Amino acid sequence: MSRIGECFEMLASESRKALVVFVTAGDPDLESTKSILDVIDESGADIVELGVPFSDPLADGPVIQASALRSLKSGTTLKKIVALVHEIRKSRDLPIVLMTSYNPIYVYGEKKFVDDALSAGVDGVIIPDLPPEEASEFSSYTDEKGLDMIYLLAPTSTDERVRMVSERSRGFIYYISLTGTTGTRTELADGVCDKVASIKQVTELPVLVGFGISGPDQARDAAKVSDGVIVGSAIVKLIEQNPDPAQREKKLAKFVGSIKQALADLN
Amino acid sequence: MDDKTKDMTFPDVRGHFGEYGGRYVIETLMPALEELERVYSEAKNDPKFHEELKFYLKHYVGRPTPLYFAERLTGHLGGAKIYLKREDLTHTGAHKINNTIGSGLLTLRMGKKRVIAETGAGQHGVATATAAALFGLKCDVFMGEEDMKRQALNVFRMKLLGARVIPVSSGTRTLKDATSDAIREWITTVETTHYIIGSVVGPHPYPMLVRNFQRIIGDEAMGQMMEAEKRLPDVCVACVGGGSNSMGLFYPFVQNKKVKLVGVEAAGLGIETGKHGASLSHGRSGVLHGMMSYLLHDDDGQVKEAHSISAGLDYPGVGAEHSHLKSIERAQYETITDEEALDGFKLLSKQEGIIPALESAHAIAQVAKMAPKMKKEEVILVCLSGRGDKDVTQVSERIGDDL
Repeated sequence: MSRIGECFEMLASESRKALVVFVTAGDPDLESTKSILDVIDESGADIVELGVPFSDPLADGPVIQASALRSLKSGTTLKKIVALVHEIRKSRDLPIVLMTSYNPIYVYGEKKFVDDALSAGVDGVIIPDLPPEEASEFSSYTDEKGLDMIYLLAPTSTDERVRMVSERSRGFIYYISLTGTTGTRTELADGVCDKVASIKQVTELPVLVGFGISGPDQARDAAKVSDGVIVGSAIVKLIEQNPDPAQREKKLAKFVGSIKQALADLN
Repeated sequence: MDDKTKDMTFPDVRGHFGEYGGRYVIETLMPALEELERVYSEAKNDPKFHEELKFYLKHYVGRPTPLYFAERLTGHLGGAKIYLKREDLTHTGAHKINNTIGSGLLTLRMGKKRVIAETGAGQHGVATATAAALFGLKCDVFMGEEDMKRQALNVFRMKLLGARVIPVSSGTRTLKDATSDAIREWITTVETTHYIIGSVVGPHPYPMLVRNFQRIIGDEAMGQMMEAEKRLPDVCVACVGGGSNSMGLFYPFVQNKKVKLVGVEAAGLGIETGKHGASLSHGRSGVLHGMMSYLLHDDDGQVKEAHSISAGLDYPGVGAEHSHLKSIERAQYETITDEEALDGFKLLSKQEGIIPALESAHAIAQVAKMAPKMKKEEVILVCLSGRGDKDVTQVSERIGDDL
């Protein structure tokens, strides 16, 4: 079983909800990302999602777009991120998922990427612009090698697509809470509860809610109906606004801790 | 080559032209693309849709556009006979309207009340704003700030037509980022809004749909050429940014391999400077804006900036079907620099009294290179995709009184 699978088994046995934290790798630089991950792990995140910067991230709002540009400016590449994961694995055991646009993987070489990522200690991959229809070769290779290919569902997904994605997804299903790009919103979108409930009728996989989760209250609301939440833009913004490492780590620990607490309160 | 063009209808059911095309988008958009595909396929089989489209193309757009024998230009270059397909004479002044009228009618069929579009030179923005006014739709056009400066006249036209022009300040502030922001807006408002893409790019079914709305250029030209010359042209020439006017011209000729197809890309400041828009000639496969195509990108898969004097060719990707035609060597792709395009701009103005769009001036410049090397009985068909009024200010600033 993959680290992600084990993680959800443990969460289930403790009746806990998952907290997934997203950061853009290499923002402001890869060395900082390493220490940011230490803090995130120690503050109670269950899974970390490392964003691979891309010049034209279509699914991202302004906050993550800007972080990708900062990261690219500091010289980040997919190769260096894989190497960073290798480094992190020496001391950290939490599941690591890469989230990336497809083009960097395509250029890297699909199979070579899967091989390198696995041997570095990557557990899963989310590629928003690679839907199941375009991923048949890639995902048969990830299935063969045991890298979890995590697919997304959206408020617009039809029943037919919910079934197809549920069959194809590994590790968990990423539910996009709203029709829109990544970014913080003041309230949890309407209809999340019903849609997640209907997805959960079709699949045994954990369903996590992301896009627009900006703080403890929304995290709690979203986790009531799902298996956990993904927090991205709020974290990235916090990193952007706190260039001083000591200050940044303190605030990150507090913020991640507050969401962790909100999820624990559900029990 | 025959097998690859004759025995298959492209794209395949999943929107692939060989290894290109496809549907590389976030899940949120997949259902909308499926819906568009379904609605389009219904419309395609509905005689009423074709009647309506024909009506507007004739009485509103002004089709058929003439095929004009450029006698003076032919004499001046001293080689092959040159025919111009006059898309510059359509309502709004460029071929873009062929697609926006068709897409506007599809929008009505889907029951959506709002359209969005990206624009580079502003011609697609104007054509979309025009169709929106005609059909009573709300319209927002995304345009790079750099292009808004280069094409101020078209910005004003869009506003006059009732559209909102949304300045795009991210990235290169040109067509690439305008397209990215239009897609992001579509992800957000997909349930009520139709995205009218201006070229044969984007996720399936767009490359097919836009080609089918633009193939009227080639269909008409083929008939007109048979009438004028009792034969098909030896060469078809058209400029390629995303590649909609060229795909529209080429498509009816693709299966007739005696007709050479030449697409003309922007060499910008010169291929060797790296500042160009020649995706087919100097790019390699990659994924941007929902499809696999030739693309200008680096060894880490980051998309490079394109450059061209012409805002409509300033794009790092290119149509999926062009990518396919290039890979099977059915079409060839040449490049023309900013300077050469300016020469083409002046040449057609002086020789024929026709001021071409800077985009089309690239095709004219290519013809100026080819025609003298061809025999006098040979025939070149070139798509004059748009008129140059929009470019006059920019060109006058560039060349001043140097005429």
